[in-house]
Amino acid sequence: MEKRFHSVRLDKEKCRACTNCLRRCPTEAIRVRGGRAHIIDELCIDCGECIRVCEYHAKIAVTDPLSSISRFKYKIALPAPSMYGQFKNIQSIAQVLAGLKRMGFDDVFEVARGADIVTRAVREKLRQPDLPRPLISAACPAIVRLIQVRFPDLIDHIVDIRQPMEVAALMAKKEFARKHGVKEEDIGCFFITPCPAKVTAIRSPIGHETSAVDGAISVLEIYGLLSGHTKRATADESLITATPWGVGWASSGGEAGAVCPDNSLAVDGIENVMRVLEEIENGKLKDLDFFEGNACTGGCVGGPLNFENNYVARNIIHRLIDKSSGLHPDEKVDVSLLNKYPLNNALPIHPSSAMKLDDDLLEAMRKMEEIEQISKRLPGYDCGSCGSPTCHAFAEDIVQGFAREMDCVHILKEQLRLMAQQMVHLAESTRE
Amino acid sequence: MAILEQVFQVEAGAFATAGEASMTIKRTLKKLGINANVLHQLSVASYEVELNLVIHSMGGALTLTVEPDKLTLTSKDVGPGIPDIGKAMTEGYSTASEEARSLGFGAGMGLPNMKRNATTFSIESEVGVGTTIVMTFAL
Repeated sequence: MEKRFHSVRLDKEKCRACTNCLRRCPTEAIRVRGGRAHIIDELCIDCGECIRVCEYHAKIAVTDPLSSISRFKYKIALPAPSMYGQFKNIQSIAQVLAGLKRMGFDDVFEVARGADIVTRAVREKLRQPDLPRPLISAACPAIVRLIQVRFPDLIDHIVDIRQPMEVAALMAKKEFARKHGVKEEDIGCFFITPCPAKVTAIRSPIGHETSAVDGAISVLEIYGLLSGHTKRATADESLITATPWGVGWASSGGEAGAVCPDNSLAVDGIENVMRVLEEIENGKLKDLDFFEGNACTGGCVGGPLNFENNYVARNIIHRLIDKSSGLHPDEKVDVSLLNKYPLNNALPIHPSSAMKLDDDLLEAMRKMEEIEQISKRLPGYDCGSCGSPTCHAFAEDIVQGFAREMDCVHILKEQLRLMAQQMVHLAESTRE
Repeated sequence: MAILEQVFQVEAGAFATAGEASMTIKRTLKKLGINANVLHQLSVASYEVELNLVIHSMGGALTLTVEPDKLTLTSKDVGPGIPDIGKAMTEGYSTASEEARSLGFGAGMGLPNMKRNATTFSIESEVGVGTTIVMTFAL
C-alpha cells in the first residue's frame, strides 16, 4: 500500500524517547521503540497534539517553504481567518492583508470568504430533513480523520461540502484568471496554515481527488517577515471580501454560530470532541441540527503552527470583527454561486480499518480474547515504560507481534525477583 | 463455534460511571471491525440498557456476546422488576425519578429505542426478582 502523506513527523535526532507524547495521542498512534518514538501511519490524524506536548521539539510539522511560491507565475495568498489574530497592534484586517501582499503575493484571497460560501451551502443542507442529525462539520480535517479512525459509524453525519480553503482556492483562481486574462494553471494558491492537519488535507485530500490549494505555508514561518510588512503596509480596504461571520470561523463556535445559530453545539479540544462524539453515537443528540468540533483548544486560533496564544488571538479577532460591520452570508452570498463551483465532495469518505485487529472476524475474536488474557497479567499502571500508551494497548501490541511481554519493566522485575529467589534456594540446597 | 464474551457490572444510581460499559463495548466492536450500521444500532441500544440499569434497577450486569453471525446484549438485574411490561414498552411512559429527569433522562423512549434498534428483542420481568432483557443484532 502506498504510504500516506503526513505533515506530522518525528525529528529522530531530537527524540529522547520520553513518554510525553504517548498518552496524549488521541488515536494511540505513537509507540516508543528502540530509543525513539514512532508514529503509526494509519492511526495518525495529524492533529498536532504531540507537537504541542513534546518538550524536546522532536515532533514537527512538514509545511511548504515560502520560497516554493516561485514555482508559479502568479501567486495568491489564502490567509486562514485565525491569522488575523496573530498581530496585537493592527487596526484592521485590511492592514494584515496588505502586509501579506507586500511579501511577494500578486493577490490575497480571504479563506473567510470561502467560509461564507460554505456557510451558505451548509445552511441549504440543513433544510434537508432526511440527512442524519446532527450534521457534523467537515471544516477541521483532524476531526474528519478522527471520525474515520475512531467513529466510523458517524461518517454519514459529516457534511459533504469542501473546506473553506478549497472553495477559496477555486474562486481565487477563477477570479484572478478572468480579471487579468491569464491561465489558471499559471496561478498558485498558498494557504497560510495554523495547523498540520490542513497541510495533510491538501496533500492527501478526503472527499476529492486533488486539492485546489497548491501549498501550505505555516504562520510561524512567515510571522517575522509578515509582522514587518504589516507594520509598514497601508490598509487596503478593497482586499476585504469576507463577512465578519466568515472571519468568525477562526475560533470555536464561529462556524456553528454562522451556520446554525439556533440549534448547534460547538466543542473544542480533541478530548472534549471525542466525548461528545460518543454521545452522538449513543443517539443522545438527535435533536441537535449541527455539531462543530475543533481538535485545537479555542478552534483554529489554537493551531500549533500559530504564534499568538489562542485566547489572545481570539480576543484580537473579536475586536477586529466588532469594528467592521457586515451582512450575514445569507444576504451576501448569491445562491447562484453555490452551483458555479464544485462545492460538494466528489468522493465518499471511507472508514479507516486501522483500529481493526484482523480482517477476519473469527481471528479478530481470538486476538481479542488473547488481549484480555494478557491484560489480566499486566500491572495496569499505564506507565508507558514499555513504549505503548496503555497496558491494554501493550497487550494488543504483543498479540499483533509488535512487542514482547518482557518489555514491561514490572513483569521483568517480578521475573528477576523469582529468578533470584530460585538461585538462593538452589545455592542453599546444594550447600555442603 | 467461537464465542467471545465480556461482562460488565453496572451499579444502581452510579451516574458518574454511567456509560462506561457501553463505551468499552463500542471499543471492542470497533476492534473487531463490526460494520457501521450494526455498530450504530448496538451503540444506541447498549447505552439505553446501561442507563436503565443505573436509573431503574437495583444493580445488574451487562453482557456482550460475540458470535460469527450475531451479537447479543444481555442485561440482567436483581430487581425491582417491572409490574406492567406493556406499559413500560409504551413510548413516552417513564417511571424515572426526579433526579434522573433533572439529568435529562426519563423521556420514556428507553425500551422502545432498544426494540427499534435490535434485530430481536425480548424482555422478562418479575416484581421482586428482576428483569432480563436479551437483544440480538444480526451480522
